[in-house]
Amino acid sequence: MKNKSSYWAKTLQNGLIGGGISLLLSVVGLVLAFGKTYIISGVLTMAQVFVLAPFLFEATQSIRQLPSKEPIKTLLVGGLTGLLGGAVLALFILINNFINIRSVLINVSPDLVNLLTFHLPLVAGLLALLGISLVVGLVAAGVFMLPDRIRGALSQAVMVVVLVGLFRDLIVTVILHWGWVQYAFLWIFAQSGLTIISALLLFALVGGLGYWSAGRNRKAIAANRTPRQQKVVRWGTLGVLGLIALLLPAILGSYFSEILDNVGIYILMGLGLNIVVGFAGLLDLGYVAFYAIGAYTLGMLTTSEAVGLLHLSFWVALPVALVVAVAAGVILGLPILRLRGDYLAIVTLGFGEIIRIVVLSDWLKPLLGGSEGIQRIGKPAIGGLVLANQQQLYYLILVCILIAGFIAIRLKDSHLGRSWMALREDEDVAEAMGINKVTTKLLAFAMGALFSGLGGVLFATKVGSIYPQSFSFIVSINILSLIIVGGMGSIPGVFVGGLALVGLPLLLSQFADFRYLIYGAVLVIMMLRKPEGLAPEARRRLELHEDDAGPGLQEELQTVTKNPGR
Amino acid sequence: MAILVSKKVTKRFGGLEAVSKVDLEIREHSIYSIIGPNGAGKTTFFNCVTGFYTPEEGEILFKGRNITGLSTDRVTRLGISRTYQNIRLFKNMTTVENILVGMHPHLKSGLLGGIFRDRRTREEEKAAVEEASRLLTFINLKGKGDLLAKNLPYGEQRRLEIGRALGSKPSLLLLDEPTAGMNPSETQDMVSFIRRLRDELGITVLLIEHQMRVVMSISEQISVLDFGVKIAEGTPQEIQKNPHVVEAYLGRGAASGLGQALTAD
Repeated sequence: MKNKSSYWAKTLQNGLIGGGISLLLSVVGLVLAFGKTYIISGVLTMAQVFVLAPFLFEATQSIRQLPSKEPIKTLLVGGLTGLLGGAVLALFILINNFINIRSVLINVSPDLVNLLTFHLPLVAGLLALLGISLVVGLVAAGVFMLPDRIRGALSQAVMVVVLVGLFRDLIVTVILHWGWVQYAFLWIFAQSGLTIISALLLFALVGGLGYWSAGRNRKAIAANRTPRQQKVVRWGTLGVLGLIALLLPAILGSYFSEILDNVGIYILMGLGLNIVVGFAGLLDLGYVAFYAIGAYTLGMLTTSEAVGLLHLSFWVALPVALVVAVAAGVILGLPILRLRGDYLAIVTLGFGEIIRIVVLSDWLKPLLGGSEGIQRIGKPAIGGLVLANQQQLYYLILVCILIAGFIAIRLKDSHLGRSWMALREDEDVAEAMGINKVTTKLLAFAMGALFSGLGGVLFATKVGSIYPQSFSFIVSINILSLIIVGGMGSIPGVFVGGLALVGLPLLLSQFADFRYLIYGAVLVIMMLRKPEGLAPEARRRLELHEDDAGPGLQEELQTVTKNPGR
Repeated sequence: MAILVSKKVTKRFGGLEAVSKVDLEIREHSIYSIIGPNGAGKTTFFNCVTGFYTPEEGEILFKGRNITGLSTDRVTRLGISRTYQNIRLFKNMTTVENILVGMHPHLKSGLLGGIFRDRRTREEEKAAVEEASRLLTFINLKGKGDLLAKNLPYGEQRRLEIGRALGSKPSLLLLDEPTAGMNPSETQDMVSFIRRLRDELGITVLLIEHQMRVVMSISEQISVLDFGVKIAEGTPQEIQKNPHVVEAYLGRGAASGLGQALTAD
């Protein structure tokens, strides 16, 4: 049978891939770097997770493609995949014994070999490695044969324990801000990772919760609610989210609040660029230009230094900065919005660079400070209260995001939003529908410039001093990436993308030198697995209102919007 | 009375005259067809009428007004709307949204209306959705308004494209091969649908069509283009008897079998 040979071949392939991934992680030095980072103190290190997790994953992949769920065959395929993975590593260590691989790959040190062979003599160590790989494969098979509900709960619990253990340092930093409340949580953590008892407790708690919630039929519960109850649930959720948003700076402390502010500014600009790129389909690679214009206008007008123009207060300078940014958008937009796709991207890219170079130039140095930038930029004050620190500025940024989010949501479902979408889909046809290409695009461009300028204003007042280096091309690319990762045209996507792209590197600071390796890998996997983004946009229903559409149609719509490739 | 008049319209691409001194006169409330072999300049002529191309010579009058060289969106606002040979819907928008975009010339709300949703905007939007749903019924797509356009079957996409064109309440509708790729029964439905456009909505229809059975049964007047030049004009009967037409389609010397060649599709 053709099927039979194909799944054995697949098993072989998966085993080798698993071994390859482990080998790669070892060779780049990631495994050794985490040799002393415990997930569970004294029991499990992150290094072991890095080596063994690929086997677990690949064994599950092998089992998934089996035509039937016979226990013996499942165990055989799972075990074989694990064993093969282990064999790849073992072979590598064996070769290393005879040839000095370290002369090429500097990370292949005796320490790494010791770690991989569990600090045993060579032969015993290799056998142990093979044995453990086999066990990992068998465990994958065993878990796979459990009922779905238990398996789901188990994998959730394992995931949470590993993540909490791995991010122990970050979590402890946050907890230390909580005054006496910290003592309620600190006991969970050992010097490195979780204690055995807390790991078991956490495992039981998350597993139990997962098991319980998997047993609930959420759809049926949601369907049983009266419209009134639905409203209560919706507003309740919003209220809780709002409360969390209000309390975040207090919970996180000043270090994380600053990061939160950065995320917030990126989200704000993401909301603006989403109108330009996501709604109207205009690929703007020079978005940073308006950010710079907003920041420099505010800087020039409010700085208390001699170079300053008028030494205005923040609130007076703010509208001026926004008007300047929007005017720049319109002036740039008028000539170039007749261009299409690639050409538009190139011209905007050039514009972004021009602004940065102009700011850096000697010519405008008396005004803009050249490479020395502008210092002592004014802070906003409400009554007598000056919003000086990161926690206070957070609220200003939050208000700006709420306004921007509101405008974006309203515009998306408006007549203008539809015109933008039509232009994005097919420019010629949109024009044939009577849509004026230039003015419609110009409106999108101006809205984008407005939010980017506002982002620049907030950035300038937050950091207090601005330099040309802060306005490089990479800012435009980062904002574009967060939109793509979140889902083009999707407003929740901007938030998800902002948190993922700006928040993820922060979490990955744990990984020090390997940060960008992992960041890149995560992005590639994300785009392969979910090319439509993490929170893709959904089309609004106009003909049938939500309450009279049957569940069948709703599901159909969801699947429709989730598969843009169809 | 003529709703559309073209006088010696010429459109060149480099050295090629895609449309060469074409004179047409289309009566109001008629169904008028343009036929001709592939590459005869039919679609180019459409593009000249809708303002997508500007003809090098000649002029186009719509309801007595010179529209030569006006931009596409202005031509649409004056009351000319069109469909495309290869369907060009807004694929990732829903059926209703496609029609609403088609209604653009009649919707006034702009940026501020969109943000603040004042009463006028809300009323306009509500009326627009109601109108769109009436159009949905007319093109027989009721209940499919919230599906993405790309997920509709082929025939329904064709009808939706016409529905979208109807959104701007045109007095002249340009249909570019509306039955392309359809089987005989779908074609028959489309023919009666086109008749309804004229009879019920009073729209003048200008049609590019390849299926002779359709052209001969539906048109009141036909023009034949060949290499950009109008080689014949007249009623279906006159066209079927015209030797130039047969020559254009079948080559020189084939004029003997003219009747059968043109009536059989």
